[in-house]
Amino acid sequence: MNPHHATAAELGRGLRTRQYSSVEVTRFFLDRIHEANGALNAFITVTAERALADAARADAMIARGEGGPLAGVPLAHKDIFCTDGVLTSCGSKMLANFVAPYDATVVERLTAAGMVLLGKTNMDEFAMGSSNETSHYGPVRNPWDGSKVPGGSSGGSAAAVAARLAPVATGTDTGGSIRQPAALTGLTGLKPTYGRVSRYGMIAFASSLDQAGVLAQSAEDAALVLRAMAGFDERDSTSVDAAVPDYAAGLDRSVRGLRIGIIREFFGEGLESGTGAAVRAAIDAFRAMGAELVDVSLPSLPMSVPTYYVVAPAECSSNLSRFDGVRFGHRCRDPKDLTDLYQRTRGEGFGAEVKRRIMTGTYVLSAGYYDAYYLKAQKVRSLINADFSRAFASVDVLMGPTTPTPAFDLGAKTGDPITMYLNDIYTIGANLAGLPAISVPCGLVDGLPVGLQIIGPHFSEERVLAAAHAWQRETDWHRRLPPLYA
Amino acid sequence: MAIEWETVIGLEIHAQLATRSKIFSGSATAYGAMPNVQANLVDLGYPGVLPVLNGEAVRMAVRFGLAINATVARRSVFARKNYFYPDLPKGYQISQYERPIVEDGEVEIVLEDGSRKAIGVTRAHLEEDAGKSIHEGLGGSSGIDLNRAGTPLLEIVSEPDLRSAREAIAYMKKIHTLVRYLEICDGNMQEGSFRCDANVSVRHRGRHEFGTRCEIKNLNSFRFVERAINYEVARQIELIEGGGSVVQETRLYDPDRHETRSMRSKEEANDYRYFPDPDLLPLALDEAFIEAVRGTLPELPDAKAARFAREHGLSAYDAGVLTASRELAAYYEEVAAGAGGEWKLAANWVMGELSGFLNRDGLEIGGSPVSAAALAGLLRRIQDGTISGKIAKDVFEAMWTERRDADSIIDTRGLRQITDTSAIEKAIAGVMAANPAQLADYRAGKDKLFGFFVGQVMKATGGKANPAQVNELLRKMLAG
Repeated sequence: MNPHHATAAELGRGLRTRQYSSVEVTRFFLDRIHEANGALNAFITVTAERALADAARADAMIARGEGGPLAGVPLAHKDIFCTDGVLTSCGSKMLANFVAPYDATVVERLTAAGMVLLGKTNMDEFAMGSSNETSHYGPVRNPWDGSKVPGGSSGGSAAAVAARLAPVATGTDTGGSIRQPAALTGLTGLKPTYGRVSRYGMIAFASSLDQAGVLAQSAEDAALVLRAMAGFDERDSTSVDAAVPDYAAGLDRSVRGLRIGIIREFFGEGLESGTGAAVRAAIDAFRAMGAELVDVSLPSLPMSVPTYYVVAPAECSSNLSRFDGVRFGHRCRDPKDLTDLYQRTRGEGFGAEVKRRIMTGTYVLSAGYYDAYYLKAQKVRSLINADFSRAFASVDVLMGPTTPTPAFDLGAKTGDPITMYLNDIYTIGANLAGLPAISVPCGLVDGLPVGLQIIGPHFSEERVLAAAHAWQRETDWHRRLPPLYA
Repeated sequence: MAIEWETVIGLEIHAQLATRSKIFSGSATAYGAMPNVQANLVDLGYPGVLPVLNGEAVRMAVRFGLAINATVARRSVFARKNYFYPDLPKGYQISQYERPIVEDGEVEIVLEDGSRKAIGVTRAHLEEDAGKSIHEGLGGSSGIDLNRAGTPLLEIVSEPDLRSAREAIAYMKKIHTLVRYLEICDGNMQEGSFRCDANVSVRHRGRHEFGTRCEIKNLNSFRFVERAINYEVARQIELIEGGGSVVQETRLYDPDRHETRSMRSKEEANDYRYFPDPDLLPLALDEAFIEAVRGTLPELPDAKAARFAREHGLSAYDAGVLTASRELAAYYEEVAAGAGGEWKLAANWVMGELSGFLNRDGLEIGGSPVSAAALAGLLRRIQDGTISGKIAKDVFEAMWTERRDADSIIDTRGLRQITDTSAIEKAIAGVMAANPAQLADYRAGKDKLFGFFVGQVMKATGGKANPAQVNELLRKMLAG
C-alpha cells in the first residue's frame, strides 16, 4: 500500500471500494508525519487520537454505504482555522495557549464530509509572510530542498502535502498565501472567489482579502474539497448566497476555443528566466489544445503591491486589536496597570513582521493620513478591479506566472521586507479584485517547482479548475514528488 | 450695561433599541442578568468570529427616521471606531460614521409660553454598545461585564438649535416620548436605556458664530441634564467674563456635587481611525422595505394631540399632557369611549384624580389599580345621576385601594344618590321643623341662609341627595 502516491480523489475511491480502511490510511500518514515532521516542521499540532477516532467513524460511515468522495480521506488544516478543542495558534506566541472553543465553518463542513483531521499546520504568524519564516514555531522547510523556503503564509500546509504527509490541506490566501507556496512546492493551490467560502472561524488578517482555499495534488482534489467547504454561511455576512456547483463533474470541459489572456505586465522585469520559460511553454501547450491566446494589458496591476500594503495592514491593525491579554491568549506577567498590560502583552506576543504591519496600518488610518493612504489605496483598488473587468470582457481566463522565481533560500529575504513583499507581485491582484485563481505546477527549474497561474472572473471556479485539469491530463508535473519523499 | 449671553446646546441621545437579541450576535439583551452570561463568542470578540446585522435593529432605526420626517439612507455603512479598553472586546466599536441610516429630520417642541419651535435632527445612526467596567467590590481589581457589549443603540444627534436647559429638556422629552410610541426603546433611564451627552457653548446674543463648546458626558436623567447644562453655562460665562476662555474638552457631570469636571481635552482625544468595517456589507434598503415599515407606524404624539384637540374639543395643553405617552393616551381614549364619549369629563379625571394617585404612589399608567374600563364605569354613574361628582371622588379612592368596581362600592356603601322627591321633601320638612328661627329669618328676607338649609338637608341625607333636586325643592318649600 502506497497511499502517498494516491491523490485525495484516488484515496476516496480506494476507501469506498474497500481496498483499505480509513484507519489504515490514517495510521500510514500519522507514521509519515512522525518520521518527517522533525525535518520539515510542517505541523504545529498532530491530532493523532482524534484522527484515529475520525477514521473509525468514517469507516463505519463507508460500511453503511454513506459518505461522499472524501469520506475517510485524511487532511490537515492550516492553524488559522479554529478547531474545537484543539490548539489554534495562528503561528503566533500570542495564541500559543489558545484552544479554540468552536469549529470554523470550513472545519465543520469538511468534518461533515467525513474527512479525517491529521493535525494543524505551521504558517507565517497571523498569515503575514511569504516564506513561513515569521512563525513563532520556526520556519518550515521546502521538501524539494531543505535549504529553501516553502513559501507562505500557508507554508506548513504546502510542505505537508508536497511531502505527502497529508493527501490534501486547507490554506488561506490574502495576497497569495495559497498560490505562492503551492507554486514553490509543486502543488495545485486554489484561492476561490471572495465570498465563496465562509470566513467564520478563520482568524482574520485582512477581512476584505482573506479567502480560504485548498492546497492539493491535483485540480480534481481541489474541486472535491472546494465543493465540500464552499457555500453560503449565515454567520459570515460577506459569504455569497449562490449555489455551489459540482466542480468535479465539470472538470472534463474542453479548453478548445477557450480565450486565454496573457497578462503582459507579468512577464516584465523581475521574472526569473527559467520560470518565465516554463510558464510560456505551458501557455503554448494550451494553444496546442485548441485554446486561443490573447495578449492583455492590465495597466493598474503594477500598483497592486503598494495598494495591498496599505489595505491589508490597515485592516490587520484593527483585526488584531482584540489580542489584548484580557480574555484569551498571551498575557504579560504582573501588569502594573492597564497600559502596561496592553504594551507588554502585545510587545511580547507579536513578532516583528506583525508589529510592522500593525504600525503601518495604524499610520495609514490616522487622522491626516487616511485620505492620502487608505482612501487612495481604495481608489487604486477600484482601478485594478476595472482592469480585470475590462480584460474579462474579451477573454475567459488570464494566465501568467504565480511567482517571479522558484523557492529561495531560508533567510535570503528576511532582512528586507520590500524584497519579500515583491514575491507576491503576481498573486495580489486576484485578492484585491476578489477573483478565483489557481496555481498549477508547470515545470522544474534546477530541481525546484514553478507554477502557472490561472485567474478567472468572479465565481468561475469551474472554468479555472477545468483549465487546470486539462493541463494536468496532458502533463505529469503534478504527480512528481520531491525525491526525498517519493 | 451687562452683556447678554446666549446658550447654544446640541444633544446626542443614545437610545437602546428594544430588540430581543444584540445588534451583531444572537445573545439576549435583557437587563440585570448575572455578569457575562449574556455574552457569546461574538460578543467576547473571540478570534475568527464575525458580526451579522440584526434586521430588527434596522427596522427600528427606519421607524425612527420616518417618524421625524428624515431621509432614510438607501445605503449606509458600518465603520470601525478603534480604541483600546477592556470593556471593548474587539478593540473597536462598530458604528455608522460617514454614512448614517437616518439624516436630516426634525421634531417640534412646545416652549413655556405655548409657542412651538422646530429642532433639527442632524442624524441618527446604529451602533453597538460597549460592556461595563466594574471598579468596586472586587478587592482593588477591576471586573468586566460584557452583557451589555453589542446591545444595539440608536445615537440621535440634534442640531445646535437648543437655546436653554429648558429647551434641551423639552427636546429630550419629545424624543423620549417618540421612541416609546414607536416601541423601539423602553426609555428606562435608570437602566441606561435612554441617556445623553450635551454639547454646550455660550456666545453674545446676536453673534453669528458659535462659542467654544464642551461636551458633557453621560447624563441619564432629565434633572441631571438641566442641572449639568445650567452649571456648565454659568461656568463658561464666569470664565469668559473673568478674562479667560473656554477650552474645548469633554467633561463629566457629577450628580452628587452638581458640577461638571474635565475628563479629557481635545489634545488628549483618541484618534479613532474610523474605516468601513470589511466584515459587513454596506446596508442597502429598498423602497419597498421602507414603505412596509412606514405602514406599521402608529399614530404619533403630535398627530394624536391634534386629533384630541380637533375631535374631542380638548385644549392644546390637555391634549399635550394626554399624549405624553402612548399608554396614557390609550387609557384616556378607552375611558372616554366607555363613558359615552364624555371627552372633557374623561380628560379631567385622567389628568386629575388618576394622575394624582399615580404620582402619589409612584406608578406608571400601566400599573394603575383602576383600569380604564373601571374608571369609565365610575363616570357613567356620575352621568346617570347615581352619584354626585363629589361622592365619585370618594368612590374612586375606594376603587384604588380596594380594587373593586364603582358599582359594587356604591352599593355596599349605600352611596346611591337620593332622587326620590318625596324622600327629599321629607328631609326638608324635618330640617325646617328643627330650625324655626332660621326659617323665620329666611322668610324675612335673609336669602343668604339658603346655603345653610342646603347644608342641613345634605347632612340629613348623608350627602346622597341629588343636589339639583335639593335646590329646587328647598326653594319651593322655604317659600312656603
